[in-house]
Amino acid sequence: MTTPVDPGQVMDVLATVPDPEIPVVSIVDLGIVRGVDAGRGSVLLTPTYTGCPATLAIEMAVRSTLAAHGLGHLAVETVLSPPWTTDWISDAGREKLRAYGIAPPPKGSAATNLRGQPMPTPCPRCGSTRTVEVSRFGSTPCKALWRCEDCLEPFDRFKCH
Amino acid sequence: MSDTTCFDYLLRLGDDSLVLGQRLGEWCGHAPTLEIDLSLANVALDLIGQATYLLGHAGTVEGQGRDADRLAFHRDALDFRNCLLVEQPNGDFAQTIARQFLFSTYQRLLFDGLTRSTDSHLAAIAAKSVKEVAYHADLAAGWVVRLGDGTAESRQRMIDGLEWMVRFVDELFMTDAVETDLVARGIAVDRTALRPAFDAAVTAVLEQATLPPLPAHRPVTGGRRGHHTEHLGHLLAPMQHLQRSYPNATW
Repeated sequence: MTTPVDPGQVMDVLATVPDPEIPVVSIVDLGIVRGVDAGRGSVLLTPTYTGCPATLAIEMAVRSTLAAHGLGHLAVETVLSPPWTTDWISDAGREKLRAYGIAPPPKGSAATNLRGQPMPTPCPRCGSTRTVEVSRFGSTPCKALWRCEDCLEPFDRFKCH
Repeated sequence: MSDTTCFDYLLRLGDDSLVLGQRLGEWCGHAPTLEIDLSLANVALDLIGQATYLLGHAGTVEGQGRDADRLAFHRDALDFRNCLLVEQPNGDFAQTIARQFLFSTYQRLLFDGLTRSTDSHLAAIAAKSVKEVAYHADLAAGWVVRLGDGTAESRQRMIDGLEWMVRFVDELFMTDAVETDLVARGIAVDRTALRPAFDAAVTAVLEQATLPPLPAHRPVTGGRRGHHTEHLGHLLAPMQHLQRSYPNATW
């Protein structure tokens, strides 16, 4: 006896689960939900970074949200391959990050221009491209610490991966 | 299905990451600046994440019901299979950077090779991790240059750090019957074949840092067989204390 699974409905439910560290974006925006396997009755999640401390919190939030929508019978599986990249972040997710004050990653995980130079990172507050990297490792595994030379504000930048 | 050589190999990989992650965690709140503190803690997190996947996979391959936590917290020092390099004490900041530079340069090459492993789960872990290890190797190389080409004091400390750690480098590239079998099956990477690329990468950074080449030193080995330096027990004691005192405690 199995209940038919509607992947679209499940994705809509998962789109209400916020990322625990950046609550303005959902786990669907970030590309953490890889999909729904209707055949196996599974939700497929992929970690952003191997050491991300939020991985367990995300899995627990997914389980409780599914249960609250009568979808508690679905399994939650972790898939590693292909590995997550910042390209999985949706356009809507990028805009939400920027509005929240986190410079989103440019499209294309290498994030370099045609000459192989790094793309400029606009300041999420004033838009200036006169910005510098302070530290490649920031407050969470997914962010680097940057500073704007014009408005002088420090800001987080989503690491390109 | 139980496969003891594969289990042993995965322990080697997982224990390297676990022990170095625990070591780096000792810097948390003690690093010279806030940015370095965050960087070292982030690298530690990545390594512990790798260890969780690698030891979890080891437990599955072993088939005795042991998960990553069981393997991390309920084994004695003699059962750990990490290399001696990663268990060395942090020393000063330059010594920590020397260890990280040598290990991450090696691990980047190793994981790059493992992305082509015939063990698809191991290949997936490697593909996921190698991108993060590239950050670790760049961070460490940047500091080798900054300290080596810095003040007389920082330069001398960098030289001293590398001179201590160099004796543990040869072990990274040694192979044995366990690995020869796995290399033939396409599961493991032939470590000996990684050495030329490692030497080239290290030499390039040392030259940029205006540092002398790594000095020759008689290699110290034994970690893969469980013959550790005294430092490992002191690292495991606080790490395993809670699970040893209150077995299977959860919260």
